[in-house]
Amino acid sequence: MASLKKIARRSFLVGSAAIVGGVAFGTFKYHQPAPNPLQPGAGKAILNPFVFVDQSGVTLIAPRAEMGQGVRTSWAALIAEELDVDPAAVTVLHGPAAKAYYNSAMMAEALPGRGYDASDLKHSLGQIVGNFSKFLDLQVTGGSSSMKDGFTRMRLAGASARETLKEAAAQQLGVARALLETKDGVVLAPGGVTLAYSELAVAAADVEAQEAELRPAAQWKYIGKPVARIDMVEKITGTATFGLDTRIEGMKFAAIRQNPHYGAAMRSFDASAAKSMAGVEEILDLGDAVAVVGTNTWLAQQAVDAIEVDWAPANYPETTEAIFAEIAAAFDDSPNSTLRDDGDVDDLPEGAELLEVEYRLPYLAHATMEPMNATALYTGDSLEIWAPNQGPTVVQKAAADLSGLEAEAITVNTTYLGGGFGRRIEVDYTNLAVQIALQLRGIPVQLTWSREEDMRHDYFRPGAIARYRAAVKDGKALMVHGKIAAQSTTQEGAGRMLGLPMSGPDKGHVDAAFNQPLAIPNFRVEGYLAKPMIPVGFWRSVAASFNGFFSDTIIDEMAHRAGRDPLEFRLELARAEWEPAAQVLERVRDMSSWSGETPAGVGRGVALAYSFGTPVAQVIEVADRDGDIAITKAWIAADLGLAIDPRNIEAQLFGGLAYGLSAACFGEITFADGMVEQENFPDYDALRMPSMPRVEVAVLENQKHMGGAGEPGTPPAAPALANAIFDLTGDRARELPLNKRFSFV
Amino acid sequence: MSKTLRINGKTHEVDLPDDVPLLWVLRDEIGLTGTKFGCGVAACGACTVQVNGEAMRSCQLSLGDVEGDVTTIEGLGTPDNLAKIQQAWVAHQVAQCGYCQSGQIMQAASLLAENPSPSDEDIDDAMQGNLCRCGTYPRIRAAIHSAAKMMQEA
Repeated sequence: MASLKKIARRSFLVGSAAIVGGVAFGTFKYHQPAPNPLQPGAGKAILNPFVFVDQSGVTLIAPRAEMGQGVRTSWAALIAEELDVDPAAVTVLHGPAAKAYYNSAMMAEALPGRGYDASDLKHSLGQIVGNFSKFLDLQVTGGSSSMKDGFTRMRLAGASARETLKEAAAQQLGVARALLETKDGVVLAPGGVTLAYSELAVAAADVEAQEAELRPAAQWKYIGKPVARIDMVEKITGTATFGLDTRIEGMKFAAIRQNPHYGAAMRSFDASAAKSMAGVEEILDLGDAVAVVGTNTWLAQQAVDAIEVDWAPANYPETTEAIFAEIAAAFDDSPNSTLRDDGDVDDLPEGAELLEVEYRLPYLAHATMEPMNATALYTGDSLEIWAPNQGPTVVQKAAADLSGLEAEAITVNTTYLGGGFGRRIEVDYTNLAVQIALQLRGIPVQLTWSREEDMRHDYFRPGAIARYRAAVKDGKALMVHGKIAAQSTTQEGAGRMLGLPMSGPDKGHVDAAFNQPLAIPNFRVEGYLAKPMIPVGFWRSVAASFNGFFSDTIIDEMAHRAGRDPLEFRLELARAEWEPAAQVLERVRDMSSWSGETPAGVGRGVALAYSFGTPVAQVIEVADRDGDIAITKAWIAADLGLAIDPRNIEAQLFGGLAYGLSAACFGEITFADGMVEQENFPDYDALRMPSMPRVEVAVLENQKHMGGAGEPGTPPAAPALANAIFDLTGDRARELPLNKRFSFV
Repeated sequence: MSKTLRINGKTHEVDLPDDVPLLWVLRDEIGLTGTKFGCGVAACGACTVQVNGEAMRSCQLSLGDVEGDVTTIEGLGTPDNLAKIQQAWVAHQVAQCGYCQSGQIMQAASLLAENPSPSDEDIDDAMQGNLCRCGTYPRIRAAIHSAAKMMQEA
């Protein structure tokens, strides 16, 4: 372990630098620091990109997309923990697109292994392998990774800043640094002398940056406690700037129509009617899309809708049935992966009861509340982009490819995101805004997609088919053999993001299937990849969004076949594999007073899923309301290992549940004539206030490693609900959405 | 096609076709961006404003049909002077992505003006047109109950 520690020390370069009127602190995690993204001013250098102290106070650059998960607040709390400032007093900015802001934790997830069984060594290795993402320039927000990524880096930046400010004070006062203390943004010296950080900022820039040991957990003031979100007041007063709220002097408004057949061309269009419509200034041919630029978004939308377009047809199967036939055909190939292969799934002992079932889940849209949009200004030798995005360096690289400009000439401003859920890690919407701007040199243009365009031009959660064979005997789980077929989000989505062809066993494709913490003696999971057809991408919890349903529903079916209580059945399997998984089950059992019995007209279901490092158990209660189903209650227990902000994690978990229930009840994207059939919320609805259950959440800290919060709440939602409906009705749902079979209140 | 609008107590002259929805007058003409575009078909509630105190979907209200005083989220309270309902939203830490919250708050404010102490069922009825993809509903419900109490105590 000594050598690993040495590497870790070397890889954390801590430094400081002068800025105008102050000092900047930060950490670089690799021994060749990435180019500094911040422009030096007035002949002064800036080295480090995370913490600034100047006359106006402390500013944190939190280069992660704030899409509702609270990353700005939690990263501010991590800095504040070491820097001794009130998190509410910290100004938080997103900062520019830069390699220095790469995400190490997301790459670490790509390591082989089930996750929950990772040793300390493997977690350390994950940290080091994480450095490779720098080479891929990935400044991205996703994979429920921000807290794992920022937990050490942000505290180190805060600690370095604190000790350096103290050193500046020590030199100024002529006392030893060890005699100084810090509190609420002030250095305290013996004799009641105080010096505010803002007063020390300029002097600190000339002091050699100090390293400091991180404080032990026992001393934490903010970590582990609820911190008021720093974005709350803006967001409830209409003053937060989302992408669509970008307003640049002289800005025009654009609307667009793209070929509803993905990847196919636009043969021709007739804009004669549109040209003379009110507010229309430009009609632009974008190759496979047509745009109208005008004085008002709505007027531009009316005009673009009035354009007659001849779209080239789709070059993939044109109907939902034909697309699913292709997915099923993937089972005829050899498996892409067999990442779990315990025991023998072929030979069943005498007396075993065999279940053979198929599950089908649909393609899904993200449907963020804020439709896709971006604003761009091209000057001829530079490009500026304002966009609610999850990957600024990805946006920048794509814009460089389109414009022929160097990446350095392209500024990406990341606004608040009106929902992300993985949709905004793509760059199709920024590329279209850039294409428009390139034709309108010197004029800033805001492109807004209609909801219909947003719904039909998504990178969808892939439709998936699972075939399971399972066996029980004498009340015990004996065997599970799952085969999962779908388009590959990893190969198609990550390949698109990195610009690299992807191959090899696709671990993401079978996440929350092969790595479920269940001790089943004969357990095999195979992944099958369907050919690329519909554009697919990262949808909150990615493949765990379908695998969570497959791998838990089969367990529920086995429990019933074995004549066992479904919660006790899971508990027995989890306990023998990984104690934290058993503990989340026990917690929901206790919270919900689970007895295995429900009154007439009430049903209960339980589900367990492990994803993004976090085991989550949910119990859902449903009630019969004159033949309609009401989702009345939900209990969630999740083990985060370390809960940085329990109140915020609670919100992420019930939010993840709501996102999963929305899809389970109503979510389905279907195809006809090569086009998406759904257009807007009336035919792609989501959970609303009356259908949201009363929720109780428990955040546990039993496991050794830090788990994610944003995604793990989603995978267990659909199976818990379907299992509850089975308990109520005796009707087993093997396809979603449930509103095809059941009517909801 | 010039029209005078009264928004948050201020008068605005706008020169746009009568059929432009109020939403796009507010956002693209007047620069009041707190009111959000979500669906354009009155199915999500993100664009909710009040006209003479009544919650309305501004994406379906044509400029030519606007009569009376319009209140947007910017007119309800400001960061330095939050309305009681906004204080309740802070107390319950409601917002996640926050995009739908302007509409949620305008709808809830209208409910509380009509019904100072709504039951859970009243809240379900009044709020069902306001979509939140982050699933903040439990805290919206709690915040409405808190706001009702605060307003009655005031």
